[in-house]
Amino acid sequence: MSVLAGRRIPYLLIAPAAIVLLLVVLYPFGFNVVISFSNMSMRHFRDWSLVGLDQYRRVFEDPVFYGLLGKTALWTAVNLVAHVSLGILLAMVLNQNLKGRAVFRTLLILPWAVPQYITALTWRGLFHSEFGDINLMLTRWLHLPPVNWLKTLPGSFTACAVTNIWLGVPFMMIVALGGLQSIPRQLWEAADVDGASALRKFFHITLPLLKPVLIPAVVLGTIWTFNNLNVVWLVTNGGEPADQMHILVSYVYRSAFFLYRYAYAAALSMIIFLILLTLGMTFLKRSRVEAGGGV
Amino acid sequence: MKPKATVRAFLSYTFLAAASLVAVYPVLRVVGVSLRPGDRLLSTSLRIIPEGATLESYRVLLLEQPFLRWMLNSTLVALAVTLVGVSLASAAGYAFSRYRFRGRQSGLAGLLITQMFPITMLLLPLYVMLSKLGLVNTFAGLIVAYSATAMPFCVWQMKGFYDTIPTSLEEAAGLDGCTGPSAYFRVVLPLTLPGLAVTSLFTFMTAWSEYLVAAQLIHDQDLFTLPLGLKNFQSNMTTEWGLYAAGAMIVSLPAIAVFLAVSRWLVSGLTLGSVKG
Repeated sequence: MSVLAGRRIPYLLIAPAAIVLLLVVLYPFGFNVVISFSNMSMRHFRDWSLVGLDQYRRVFEDPVFYGLLGKTALWTAVNLVAHVSLGILLAMVLNQNLKGRAVFRTLLILPWAVPQYITALTWRGLFHSEFGDINLMLTRWLHLPPVNWLKTLPGSFTACAVTNIWLGVPFMMIVALGGLQSIPRQLWEAADVDGASALRKFFHITLPLLKPVLIPAVVLGTIWTFNNLNVVWLVTNGGEPADQMHILVSYVYRSAFFLYRYAYAAALSMIIFLILLTLGMTFLKRSRVEAGGGV
Repeated sequence: MKPKATVRAFLSYTFLAAASLVAVYPVLRVVGVSLRPGDRLLSTSLRIIPEGATLESYRVLLLEQPFLRWMLNSTLVALAVTLVGVSLASAAGYAFSRYRFRGRQSGLAGLLITQMFPITMLLLPLYVMLSKLGLVNTFAGLIVAYSATAMPFCVWQMKGFYDTIPTSLEEAAGLDGCTGPSAYFRVVLPLTLPGLAVTSLFTFMTAWSEYLVAAQLIHDQDLFTLPLGLKNFQSNMTTEWGLYAAGAMIVSLPAIAVFLAVSRWLVSGLTLGSVKG
């Protein structure tokens, strides 16, 4: 085999995948950029023309955008904090020498295993104001008045968040458990000998040593949550009440496929992507600097 | 020390039991609803196994609804996406893992960046493109759209699996005169079979459980995939809540089984891939 042929091998191996990616990812991506600079809509579906930055201006001049941005940030923060803290807590409890922990591990992983759309549709049922289990438990066991979950913005937000926290904790739990199992037990035992408190052990041993596995998981989790159209859309049945419960992505989905504002939706997609790209890059760069460039 | 350890174990078990209950409850609830008799669908009872439990919903679902048709549709689409994705990705992943070539870093970074796309970023242009080609409301269009998300994932996963196989094995095979394709097929491929299986199963399950893309690309009831069909039942909570629950059970059970079997591999693939970059 000649050297030249040897050099070509990786490109030959990649070529089929690359061609498909070019057609189904890169080309659509480029086309989305073009649409975002155009006036494409239901009326101008075939005879669209380029109009420059109009759509972007429209996005930034609309107060709706800033409301959505705030909701999306809150949505991402609430979910991530709950995922990470509950995930670490469960992982630490599971990381003890307990009988039957394999059973608990399997039960606790279940929410991750259920298809996401089933989870969302089922929780929508659980939050039903009359027949949903949540209200039945509230009224029957706690003697509280029923809450109109899906008819108010705070109720709807809570319903989405509970659903998404429920389905997202297992991922963080498994990641944290993997990280914990690679920390030598002697470290904690040595700290015990020195009389360190549980809190000190957590902040000075557990958390710093979990960081290398947690950071990629948190970056992934942030992207997934920020973009989690599935849960928000299906729990709120497309933004109920009255199109108020939207995060950025669900609003784009609605603008594109229900209001036929194609160009506007494309511009908003671009903005979401740029936000996530900036966020992801700074996150990774910072963790790389902290790790001494060794990652 | 002893009593303290006992208290701690007690608290741990209590906590784990409570958390497990929360994790399992919605699933148990779906089981319960799927067993309700038709006249008690809108019951306000919190019993898990309903009074007069019956398999009627399952019978109606399988025999009087196009459920099996939807299942066939979902299977066809998911199978096609998996075949295309995994076969192309196993070659590309191998190149990314074993060779150092120009464009490798930017290729890998590009794959990672696609994960930051909001779903609408590709769905909208693909929708416009497919409608110009007359492929809206066809399986071909759906397969194209699913490949856009499945391919980068598959390549990244496969690269991660190849990374865990030491190159020394191929070098040893090379010394024995076994190089290039034959080294790949005789030495590397058998070792990647678990990785190939995990990636295939996960890709299959992702396509099998996808709603939002299908909702825009498929309009014809005959072409519905499972998620579209089940969503239809769910929207009609008063009359079809039982059908939804029965369908959800049938769809979820294999997904749960598969997931529990492969989850360990998946997590290690994800974290390895992102840590080692």
